[in-house]
This record gives sequence, structure tokens and C-alpha cells, in this order.
Amino acid sequence: MDKDKSLIHVRDCWKSFPGKKAGEQVHVLERVNLDVQAGEFVCVVGPSGCGKSTLLNIIGGFFKESQGEVKVAGEPVNGPDPRRIFVFQENGVFPWLTIEENIGFGLMSRPAKEREERVTHYIGMVGLTGFEKSYPRELSGGMRQRVEIARALAANADVLYMDEPFGALDFITRLKMRADLIRIWQAEKKTVLFVTHDIEEAVQLADRVVVMSKRPATVAEEVRIDLPRPRDLDSPGYLAARDRIFAIMGMDVHGGGMGDLK
Amino acid sequence: MKHFSAVFLPLATAVIFLIVWHSLVRLSGSDLFPTPMEVVGGIRELFEKGLLLKYIVASLFRVSWGFGLAVLVGVPLGLILGWFKPAFQALNPMIQILRPISPIAWIPVAILWFGIDDTAPIFLIFLASVFPITVSSMAAVQNMQLVYLRAAQNFGIKGPQLFRRVILPAALPQIITGIRIALGIAWLVVVAAEMIAVNSGLGYLIIDARNAGKRYDLVVAGMVMIGLIGLVLDLLIRQLEKFDEVKWGYGQR
Repeated sequence: MDKDKSLIHVRDCWKSFPGKKAGEQVHVLERVNLDVQAGEFVCVVGPSGCGKSTLLNIIGGFFKESQGEVKVAGEPVNGPDPRRIFVFQENGVFPWLTIEENIGFGLMSRPAKEREERVTHYIGMVGLTGFEKSYPRELSGGMRQRVEIARALAANADVLYMDEPFGALDFITRLKMRADLIRIWQAEKKTVLFVTHDIEEAVQLADRVVVMSKRPATVAEEVRIDLPRPRDLDSPGYLAARDRIFAIMGMDVHGGGMGDLK
Repeated sequence: MKHFSAVFLPLATAVIFLIVWHSLVRLSGSDLFPTPMEVVGGIRELFEKGLLLKYIVASLFRVSWGFGLAVLVGVPLGLILGWFKPAFQALNPMIQILRPISPIAWIPVAILWFGIDDTAPIFLIFLASVFPITVSSMAAVQNMQLVYLRAAQNFGIKGPQLFRRVILPAALPQIITGIRIALGIAWLVVVAAEMIAVNSGLGYLIIDARNAGKRYDLVVAGMVMIGLIGLVLDLLIRQLEKFDEVKWGYGQR
């Protein structure tokens, strides 16, 4: 892996927030290093509240790092960028727009014909044909999340930043959404940086899983998942990768109990 | 069955209310306070004299102007206050001091400034409704879900576009709620203002009927009309909540 040419490049990144007491600083991220190559699907996992979402928000341009270097496509990140779209856990689909208006939201500057074609194409890709004129409140949670993904793809974003996008969905819907996401990713050759607390989800999806430590978080280890897709969730390779990450996070799955979380 | 109770229950309440009213007036032996039938007679009398329609139109005219101006001023002002922190810091304390002053307290000032014509009640209605509209529009922007803002910024939307395409639609359901409350207040205030500042309208009808001959049948007739028109106004303004663009803001009912 050529780290100098990586698309997303995070070096020695620190992030602190002001604490409750005056002058106090709470360190959320400490010395984080991360590289993501173009076209790669990388998952970031870590314990709840460890700061993985903060890291994604820094890379996405919504927060500023306290220290360190954060570059995307060779340029320092200075705010959000339409070429790299964030998919939010709490769902950022606009409830006042129809599904097709939502998906076309990032295309307002394009000619009407192109806009229409792209919208139609991506509505089909996420399996929402027939719901063009519906409003988000008429759709299920999983469908709304697909609208958000389609909105990002329609705007022709190169990179998707996904912050626990399936966190609020039920189990079956999550499984289906994972399969859909992989299918779309393979078809569209996008780069995906995906934050989740769900280790199984990370192993099902990623080329590479970045495991973060507890707060102040840093990258504990990276695990490459060289398994063919679609992945067999009972295969020895899958189980080995999963257990390895559990072990890094200090949990002994076979012992049944929680290990030392430090 | 459900439909039956939705019609039957309110009707039953109304019938019981009217019977109790009628009986109490008869029992008390009052010759001033009217029975329901006398009130109906009063309404008919007002209608036949051509006063009823004239006064309703006069009151609605004032409310339309005062309330309309309040919407035109309050919504943009609230959006600006909700979005621009310095504007909020500069104006909010003043608004919070002016807001609790009852519009009734402004009546002497309004007469001093505008004299006895339509301007004074319009001014009072404006004052009464502009604050709830401003404050609800302001709160709507301040409480807007951050995720919509971030999503819009992510797509490179800024400036007036951000206002038009995201902030306004995101705030609209709560703005409409504020407008609805303000219309109710405006209707309350027009009656009070007409009792003092002008010579027409439903408020004037009530005070005039009392002063010129203690015609309490006409007083209550005026009250009934105020209630009915208030109900109709609320039903009308509620239609705004049914638009697809804002329906999402009112929960699942």
C-alpha cells in the first residue's frame, strides 16, 4: 500500500473538546493515523463513544482537528465537500421533499434532463422505483437510508462517509442493506469509509477494518479482510477475522465473558 | 360506531348545555340575561338590520390587515433572529420585554397615535400576533435538526439558497403552528380593541348593545358569533398543516 498516494490521509491527528470545568480539555482522539486508498472499503470499529464518529466528522469536514494533518485527495480538509458525501445515522433525508427531489438535491446546477436521468438511474439502483413521488415519512427506515445513499451517488460523490448508517434499522433490514451497499459499491467503484460499532458488520463489508481503542482513541490495529464477496458468514476465514477483532477489543467470544477492556 | 360517537357526543353535549342554560335563566327569573332562543332571535334581528354581516366584515378586515402584516414581518424577522446570532443577541431581550405586555395595555397608546379609526385596532392586532409568530419562527430555526444543515452544507448549498431550500422548509411546520396560535390571539384582540377604539365590528356590537339599552340578547349573540367565526378561522388555518411539505412536522396521527 502506497501511503503517500492514499486518497484519505490522516497523520498524527488529535482532537480535544472543552470539558465541563473551565480550562479542562477532554481528549477524544490521540495520534490517529489512517490511510484509505481510492476505491477501498474501510470500516472503522471501536467501543461506543470512543471517538470514531468524531474522526469521521473531521475527515468529512464538519469538525476541525486540534492537531495533526488531515488530507483528502492531497488537499487539507477545510469543510464539507460535495465530492465526498456524508451518510448520517439519524438520516439526513429532507422530509419536505419527495424521494426524487431528495435524490436530485445535489444536482440543482445540472441541466434538467441529466438530473432526471441520474435520479431515475439511482432510484432504480437502490430499489425504490415506484416511490419517486412519495415522501420520506411514507417510507420505512431502511428505504429512507437507501434514499440517502442514492442522493450521495446521484451527486456523483467519489467518497461516501457513512456514520453507523444502519444503526437504527432492524436486523433483517440491516443484513439486506449491507448486501445492497456492497452491490452498489462494486458497481460504482466508490471509496467508502464506514464507521460502526458492530464488528460483524465491519467484517461483512470491509476490505480492511481499522480497530480503535477506548478514549482517548487511537488506531489499535488494522485487520485486512481478504475474503471473496458475497461473504459466507459461516466460513472459517470470516469467523477468524471476526474473532481476531473481538480479541483486539478485549473480548473473548468463546469464553462468553468480557475480557479486560483495557 | 366510531363515526356515530364522533357526531353524537358533541351534539349531546351541546343539547345538554343549551337545556341547562335555558333552565338556569328561567329559574333565576332574570329578565336581562337571554335564553338560547332569545339569542337566536337577537342574531336574526342583527342579520335583518344588516348589522351582523357589516360588523363581521369590519372585524375580519382588521384581523386580516393586522395579522397579515404580522406574518409578513414576523416570519422573516424570526428566521433572521434564529439564524444570525448577533441579531438574536441584539433584539431578543427587547422582544422578551415587549412580548408579555398585554395588547390591551397598548389601547391608550394606540388611540393616542392613531386616533379612532381602523389603524388603531390593526396596530393592536399586529402587536398581539407578531410576537408569537416571530418567536416560533426563531425557535423553529434554532431547534432545526443539525443533520439537515450538515447534509445541505455537504452538497455545497450556502447563502440565500440554504435559507430557501433548507432552513425555511425545515422550520415551516413550527412556523405554521406559531401562525395558528397568533391567529387565535388576533381574533381575541380584535374584539377587545373594537370595544374601545372604533364604532363598528363585533366587539363594538357587544359594548354598544350593553350601553344602549342593556340588550343582553345582542351581547350574547355577538359572543356566539365571535366563537363560531373563531372556530372557522382555526379550521381554515389548520388546512396549512395538511400540505405534504409540512405534514412531516406534526407527528403520526
